[in-house]
Amino acid sequence: MTARSVRSLSGALKPLFSNRCPGVYGAASCNQRQKSTYTTIPPPARYGGRHTVTLIPGDGIGPELGNHVRELFRFCCVPVDFEVVNVDSSVASEDDINNAIMAIRRNGVALKGNIETNHNLPPSYKSRNNLLRTTLDLYANVMHCQSLPGVRTRHRNIDIMIIRENTEGEYSSLEHENVPGVVECLKIITKTKSLRIADYAFRTARAKGRRRVTAVHKANIMKLGDGLFLECCKEVASGYPEITFDSMIVDNTTMQLVSRPQQFDLMVMPNLYGNVVSNVCAGLVGGPGLVPGANYGEDYAVFETGTRNTGKSIANRNTANPTAMLLASCLLLDHLKLHAYASMIRRAILSTVSETRLHTADLGGQGSTSEVVQSIMNAVQSTGPQTLSI
Amino acid sequence: CHAVESAAAPCINGWEEFPRMQTVTLIPGDGIGPEISSAVMKIFETAKAPIRWEERNVTAIKGPGGRWMIPPDAKESMDKSKIGLKGPLKTPIAAGHPSMNLLLRKTFDLYANVRPCISIEGYKTPYTDVNLVTIRENTEGEYSGIEHVIVDGVVQSIKLITEDASRRIAEYAFEYARNNQRNSVTAVHKANIMRMSDGLFLRKCREVAENYKDIKFTEMYLDTVCLNMVQDPTQFDVLVMPNLYGDILSDLCAGLIGGLGVTPSGNIGANGVAIFESVHGTAPDIAGLDLANPTALLLSAVMMLRHMGLHDYGNKIQTACFDTIRDKKVLTKDLGGNSKCSEFTADICRRIQDLD
Repeated sequence: MTARSVRSLSGALKPLFSNRCPGVYGAASCNQRQKSTYTTIPPPARYGGRHTVTLIPGDGIGPELGNHVRELFRFCCVPVDFEVVNVDSSVASEDDINNAIMAIRRNGVALKGNIETNHNLPPSYKSRNNLLRTTLDLYANVMHCQSLPGVRTRHRNIDIMIIRENTEGEYSSLEHENVPGVVECLKIITKTKSLRIADYAFRTARAKGRRRVTAVHKANIMKLGDGLFLECCKEVASGYPEITFDSMIVDNTTMQLVSRPQQFDLMVMPNLYGNVVSNVCAGLVGGPGLVPGANYGEDYAVFETGTRNTGKSIANRNTANPTAMLLASCLLLDHLKLHAYASMIRRAILSTVSETRLHTADLGGQGSTSEVVQSIMNAVQSTGPQTLSI
Repeated sequence: CHAVESAAAPCINGWEEFPRMQTVTLIPGDGIGPEISSAVMKIFETAKAPIRWEERNVTAIKGPGGRWMIPPDAKESMDKSKIGLKGPLKTPIAAGHPSMNLLLRKTFDLYANVRPCISIEGYKTPYTDVNLVTIRENTEGEYSGIEHVIVDGVVQSIKLITEDASRRIAEYAFEYARNNQRNSVTAVHKANIMRMSDGLFLRKCREVAENYKDIKFTEMYLDTVCLNMVQDPTQFDVLVMPNLYGDILSDLCAGLIGGLGVTPSGNIGANGVAIFESVHGTAPDIAGLDLANPTALLLSAVMMLRHMGLHDYGNKIQTACFDTIRDKKVLTKDLGGNSKCSEFTADICRRIQDLD
């Protein structure tokens, strides 16, 4: 489809969509709007030179990691204040999550732990994490998996960026039981969102100097759904001639990832495959404790650990690996344009991770969370600017 | 001469000279299919396995009423023998008929796809000590093929989960675990997101687990399984899951042990039908050049022998195959060697004769 036909189509559909969902717009206007706002979006408001960021502790290891982030930020004198909003996952009422969403709308940025979904509750109880993502339209989930020095893994030199559509696909939460014993679950793929995520992927690839974008799909079986996704990716790819675009079927992708992960550069995919691929990649570089994740939307950004685990079994034992959450907080600082603080903390974290004696249980060591955080603070202190003695 | 009563006991009290011959429908397939099938037949002959092969072709034909179906003689042979061994089939793009594998699946209601993934000593991958089995529901789930365009630009795919199919696959998984001395069964799901559909699947698995108290039952999210699988695959035993997750995970596990060229696979159907197959492609570029690797089809045939109860023959052939690979002297190109398929086969046959 040419750009002109896309524009005319989106024009025809505008009245249809604008009545129902004000947030949805045609592909061409989507491109234009994003082109104009991408480079000039101002950082979120600062009052008195300090940012306010929503912090959602979540369940499991979330609260303790959130505390470590606050401790570290206080130590490094980062001009960020956290507004803590607790979400209770055991109640059926959606008030808590709505409060959290309102807080994020207010502040524009959030750092969150994973909120547990008790799947023994009735199906009307939707996943809180999913609700947050779809309500705030955080359409892009970005995870950067890199082999870290000092972490021993089976594969070396992995550097994969995974961009996953975060709001539709299999996670549309549309299910019904027409006949008792037969459940239908709908997977929705739309052209708008596919174009949007593909556009985001290619823009990111260009900005980060990535050479190759791989679309992961299952279009040989789901011809219409994933076929549409693939078509949208191809369409966007034609606008970026310097970037190689190819596609791969998801089962072949997982096979290639465990045998030769170095062949992948940047990958873009719908929701469920993104879940699988991002977890496989996180496992390849050393586990859930090392990789941060970011969810970007048009107006909001939420940062969390990449693999979104609650870590219930290791909660409150001081054995969780804080690296993922702390690196996520560095991504947060980058988003707030506090780059100096971000690089300082990131350098300290990476130097700590390379020290094997401080590795936590998930990396095969016996270190504790507080030891790791203390070591990071020491690293910051030794490399940061020295105050003059008075 | 006394005939042995059941094929499951070919070696009772010295009656092994007269094991009952069992018929197996052999579908050589396309591309490298015929040569690897003949390699397998040769190895079985050397091992003196009590198998009589009936070769059939399953290229789709249009039946009365206009529906595509497999040739009636193939169907008749399968219905009688109940056991099949299939090589790779090619799906021509514009032939008008659906994929052959899909047709076979529908014809015989092959509801369970079983893939045992065991690390092959001698074929080095970054993962050693893999020993797990993936059991995948093969008829419904995300691959129901029901898709609609709601409005231009919005597509809906329907994932179907039914109580019956979930119960059937769960029962098969536990039966398999019991018959093959496996300790635990793990249900893989995403019931935190797909509350009703995977919730139903999970509930059925839990119900069936009640009847198999001797086997440990656990449930794990798909993403957690993926995460842990690439870090430590030894923690998994038998995995049971719906169609899409099964597709991805079974290929992931195949990748752990070395790829589709060495992975066996079996499809279990209703009415006791079972078709064992190699899951790799037809490799048309090396077809007819005696370069193909018959390991996948051979290991599937070993799986078939075990299914039929002929464990001794199965073990013998598997040991010979693994020894040949471990020895590294006559490996085919994809395993890192330089030998021909016939040389590889001959080496395995020689080892079988030595084992006797």
